[in-house]
Amino acid sequence: MVTQEAPDSIFRTQEGLGLWEHRGKVAAVGIGHSLTSRRWDGKPETSVGANSIIALRQAIADAGISPDQIDGLVLDPGTTTGAHWQEGDPIPMDVVNAYNPTSDPLDGIAKLSAEWILKNMPELTNIKFTMYGTGCMSKAIVVAAQAVGEGLTNNCLVLKGWHNLEGRYYQGGVNGQEGRPGLAAISSLWGTPASYGSALQFAAYCRKYGKTHDMMAPFVINSRRNGLLFPEGFWAQNRPDDLTEEDYFAARWIAKPANLYDNDIPIMASAAYLFTTAERAKDMKQKPVYILNHVSSRTRQRSLTPTLEEVEADTARTGRMLYEGAGISAADLSFENMYDGFTLFHQFHMEGLRYRGVQNGEALDFYQTDISIEGPNPVSPSGGNCGSGRTRFWMHTDSIQQIQQRAGARQITGVKAEIGVSGGPMPLGGDFTIWSSTPG
Amino acid sequence: MPKQAVIPDDFTRPYYDACNQGKLVIQNCTSCNILQHPPAPLCRDCGSSEMEWKEVSGRGTIYEYGVIYDCPVASLQADQPFNVAVIMLEEDQGIQMYSHLPGVPSGEVPVGAIVEVIFEETPNGQKVPEWKVVS
Repeated sequence: MVTQEAPDSIFRTQEGLGLWEHRGKVAAVGIGHSLTSRRWDGKPETSVGANSIIALRQAIADAGISPDQIDGLVLDPGTTTGAHWQEGDPIPMDVVNAYNPTSDPLDGIAKLSAEWILKNMPELTNIKFTMYGTGCMSKAIVVAAQAVGEGLTNNCLVLKGWHNLEGRYYQGGVNGQEGRPGLAAISSLWGTPASYGSALQFAAYCRKYGKTHDMMAPFVINSRRNGLLFPEGFWAQNRPDDLTEEDYFAARWIAKPANLYDNDIPIMASAAYLFTTAERAKDMKQKPVYILNHVSSRTRQRSLTPTLEEVEADTARTGRMLYEGAGISAADLSFENMYDGFTLFHQFHMEGLRYRGVQNGEALDFYQTDISIEGPNPVSPSGGNCGSGRTRFWMHTDSIQQIQQRAGARQITGVKAEIGVSGGPMPLGGDFTIWSSTPG
Repeated sequence: MPKQAVIPDDFTRPYYDACNQGKLVIQNCTSCNILQHPPAPLCRDCGSSEMEWKEVSGRGTIYEYGVIYDCPVASLQADQPFNVAVIMLEEDQGIQMYSHLPGVPSGEVPVGAIVEVIFEETPNGQKVPEWKVVS
């Protein structure tokens, strides 16, 4: 079976499309997570492939169905954005041969194909549909939702795995060399770290609206608090330390105004979900969480980096598209779980949603109010990447769990979890989903 | 600041040859007359392949900046912290270029100031645009 990348036709990228044609007809019914770790220890049983198998099996069991009932698999084949296997590094053949390998020896170690999964999960005997949603769990979710809605698959696994290696993200490779190719040099010769673009937008935001970096503290503290209540997450499992305002204010800068805690920590972890039709969901173990809509932004910045103006325009457009296709308004949201990989752009997502009526320039003031899981206006109840490490899927798991009333200590109590939104990654570009306790 | 050497390829050679001559050129689509930077084989706006390199004035404005304390590029790490500013071109404020703003102390960038292009030599002799504050 050859797995293709999802075609453009899958994605809802325009305003004016009306209600999503499969609104309320697709449901999330299973969740699975591997353990987390900071970096790979080189062992077969802790590779990204192994973690992903664990997550997939958990999702199937969580849904209460047998593996032979699964007929679809959607995944992101990329398993890093900054811990790339360096050319010339020896391939650990003991790890390769601990599994049924594909023709690519790094499959299951520093990348992940559908073929590798199927070769190493013999219990998946009835897979008839596979597709890639390359880039993020957010994208894989959108692809799977549309595929189930279109009848391409009935019981579809959705998977994202992350690996992390020794060393630091983005160090080495061309960044460690004496020369840089001409085209890449136009944007990367000046040595900006990954959070620079977000820091720039945030600086422009503070200048325009008269805000300060210190105003981010309640959001970051709240996110770490929520993350420590996420037993599947990195900080809860490995370093259960509170984060205080003093810690945040004293943190070293990365790309000022982005400090250490404004940047997520790269980790290893895999997560999987099971999506099915609303009709089939009725007979499964967990309360179904219906998908009311999915939208995607494919907006590109005009030049080297998105400006504040471009970000504000596109996040507002994303918000409008989400509500249009779901047939809801901002007032219907119980919670928002938008992406926070750099904390400094979470407010752009939130303002674009007009969450709790927050307009452009108002989010940092909103952070000074009660944004806790116990209050009426929960912000990022998952804790996101800030709270649990760099995976870009905590927001989705939490959204499903909140609506299923399975978020445990993280369950929002100040408002009933009925409709939520999650997605990302960046304010410009990304994939977003509206989840609901009812089919609408 | 010791930037990495820049190795032009066939596609970017006109851009870098112009830098060596002290000229700033930006890719321009001759079909829809829109500037484009970074350059690409096709116009991102209309899809045309009819692209030219157009000389621009070399004047711009500082849009915003960040101060880099943790740089991934090894050759620049010794000079941390340093500024990286986004410059908007006079001809089209949607076109951006990066700059270390030589001579401007870290964290003291005058946002909104007018800048002019200068050309800085990289270790292999290839020049690249940099910017100096003029007002």
